[in-house]
Amino acid sequence: MTEKKNVSMIQRRLIPTYIFLIIVSFISVFPFYWMISAATNTSFDVASGKITIGTHLIENFQTLLANYDLWRAMGNSFLYAVVQTILAILICSLAGFGFELYHDKWKDRLFSILLLAMMIPQVATMIPLFKMLSGLKLLNSVWGFILPAISTPFLIMMFRQNSRNFPVDTMEAARIDGLNEFQIFYRMYMPMMKATYAAAGVITFMNAWNAYLWPKVIMTMPEAQTMPMLIANMSSGYTTDYGMLMVGVLFCSVPTMIVFFVLQKQFAEGITGAVK
Amino acid sequence: MKQKKKMTLLGKQSAAGWVFLTPASILIAIMAFWPMIQAFIMSLQTGSSANMHWNDPIFNNYTRMFSDKVFLTSVGNTFLYLIIQVPIMLILAILLAQLLNNQHLRFKGFFRTCVFLPCATALVSYSLIFKSLFATDGLVNAILVNLGILEKNYNFLGNSTSAKIIIIIALIWRWTGYNMVFYLAGLQNIEYSVYEAAKIDGANGWNTFWKITVPLLRPTIIMTFIMSINGTLQLFDESVNLTNGGPANSTITMSHYIFNNSFGQGAVSNFGYATAMCFFVFIIVAILAFINLKVGDTRD
Repeated sequence: MTEKKNVSMIQRRLIPTYIFLIIVSFISVFPFYWMISAATNTSFDVASGKITIGTHLIENFQTLLANYDLWRAMGNSFLYAVVQTILAILICSLAGFGFELYHDKWKDRLFSILLLAMMIPQVATMIPLFKMLSGLKLLNSVWGFILPAISTPFLIMMFRQNSRNFPVDTMEAARIDGLNEFQIFYRMYMPMMKATYAAAGVITFMNAWNAYLWPKVIMTMPEAQTMPMLIANMSSGYTTDYGMLMVGVLFCSVPTMIVFFVLQKQFAEGITGAVK
Repeated sequence: MKQKKKMTLLGKQSAAGWVFLTPASILIAIMAFWPMIQAFIMSLQTGSSANMHWNDPIFNNYTRMFSDKVFLTSVGNTFLYLIIQVPIMLILAILLAQLLNNQHLRFKGFFRTCVFLPCATALVSYSLIFKSLFATDGLVNAILVNLGILEKNYNFLGNSTSAKIIIIIALIWRWTGYNMVFYLAGLQNIEYSVYEAAKIDGANGWNTFWKITVPLLRPTIIMTFIMSINGTLQLFDESVNLTNGGPANSTITMSHYIFNNSFGQGAVSNFGYATAMCFFVFIIVAILAFINLKVGDTRD
C-alpha cells in the first residue's frame, strides 16, 4: 500500500517533466507530420494552413514524376550510398584491425598523424579534390563521389577502439591451427565485430545519403544528381509547389527513416562510435 | 637460431599489419593531406581554373579577403550562429538527457525516439521543411495571423534578423537530439547511488545538476563542443537551402560564400581566392580544436 502511494507520489512529482518532454517531443515530430500532410495536399491548401491529411498524394507524385527524374536520383543516391558504405567499412575495419592488433611504435605514430585529418574541414579540400578528380575523369561517377569519403579517421578510430576487446589469445591459437593473417581477419574478426560493422554501416549510409556539398561540386550533370540535390532544385524557383516538394522531401527521407527506426540502437552507437 | 626464426615470424605479422592499414592510410594521404597542401599553394595563385599563376603580391588573396565585405559578413554570421546556437543546443541536450535518465520515468523509449528523430533527416530535407513552414505563405504565418498576433503575413526569411533566428531555431531542432545521445551514454556511466547520496545530503535537482552531472560529463561536454564548433563553422546546407544566403547575402555562411566563389552559378569562379578563404576556415577550425583539446586535457 505504502509502496503504491510512493510510486504515485513520485509520478506526480514527475508531471512537469512529462509535460516538458511531451512539448519537446511534439516539436521534434511535428515537422515530419507536416511534411507528410503537405505531401497529401494541394499547394494552395498547404499555403492556407491545412494540416490534416489530404487526398492529393497521387496527384502530387504525378506532378513530381512529370517534372523531375525522381527514379534516376533515387537510383543514384542508392548506388552511391551503398557502394560507399560497403567500401568504407571494409577499408576502415581492415585499418582498425591492423592499427590495434598489430600495433607497434610506428603504426601508433602513423595513426596519430591520420587523426589530424579529422581537423580538415570538407570545404577546405573540395577545390583541389575537384581538380584532381576531374583530371582523372571521375566527375559524375560513383568513384568521384566515394573516393574522398571511404577512408575516414572517424571510422578507423571506431574500429580500432572496438577491437580492444578482441581476444588476442585466440588469434595465437588460430595461427597455430594454420590460419594466416587474412583468414584471421575474415573468419574471426569480421564475425566477432558484427555490432561495430552494423553501427559503422548505418552511420556511413546516412552520411552518404544525406551528403549535399560534395555531390553538388562533383555531379555537374543532371543525370548524376542525388536526391538531396533534386529536392534542393525543386525549391529554388520563384514559386514552389509545396505538395510536390514535400513528396520529394518524403522520398528523400524514407530510406534514412527506415534505417533510423529499424536500427536506432546501431545509429546511436554509430554516432558515439569512436568515443569510448 | 630459434630466436631468429621467431623474429621473422613477428616480422611477418607486423608486415601483415602494415598491409591491412595501408589502403586506408594512402587514401587519407591522397584525399585529405595532399589536397590541403594543394589548397595552400592554390591560395597563393590567381586566374581561371585552367590557367592559374602566382599572385603578385603573393598573399594578395589573403589581403583581399579582409576587405571583402561579403566575406566579413559571412565570418560574422558563422560566429553568430556558433555563439548563440551551440550553447543553447548543448544545455538543452544535457537537460533532456538528465530528464530521460530518471529511473522512475515512464515511456522513456518513446520520448528518446521522438527527440532523436530529427537526426534521421537530410540537412537539405529539414532546411526545405523549415523554409516552407516559415515562408510568407507558410504554416507559421497562417497560425500567427489566425491568432491575431500578426496582422498580415510576414516574410520571415526576407528580413535578415528573423532569417538568422530561423536558421538558429532550425539548427537547434536538428542537432539537439544528436548531442543528447552522447550525454545519455555519458550519464549511464554515472552510478545512480551518487545521485541517491546527493539527495540524502539534501541537494536539490538544480544543485545535483551543476555539482554532479556537469562535472562528471565534462569530457563528453568538451567533445560535443568541439564537434558542434566544427560543424557550425562549416555550415552550408542550411544557408543554401533555407535562405540562400539572403536577403542580400546577410545570412550567408563562410562555406556558402566559398562555394559561390568557386562553383556557384553565374559567379566568376576564382579557385585561388576561394582556396584562400578555405585555408582561413581550416586555420580557425584547427585553432579552436587545439584550444579545446588543451582545456580538455586538464581533467587528469
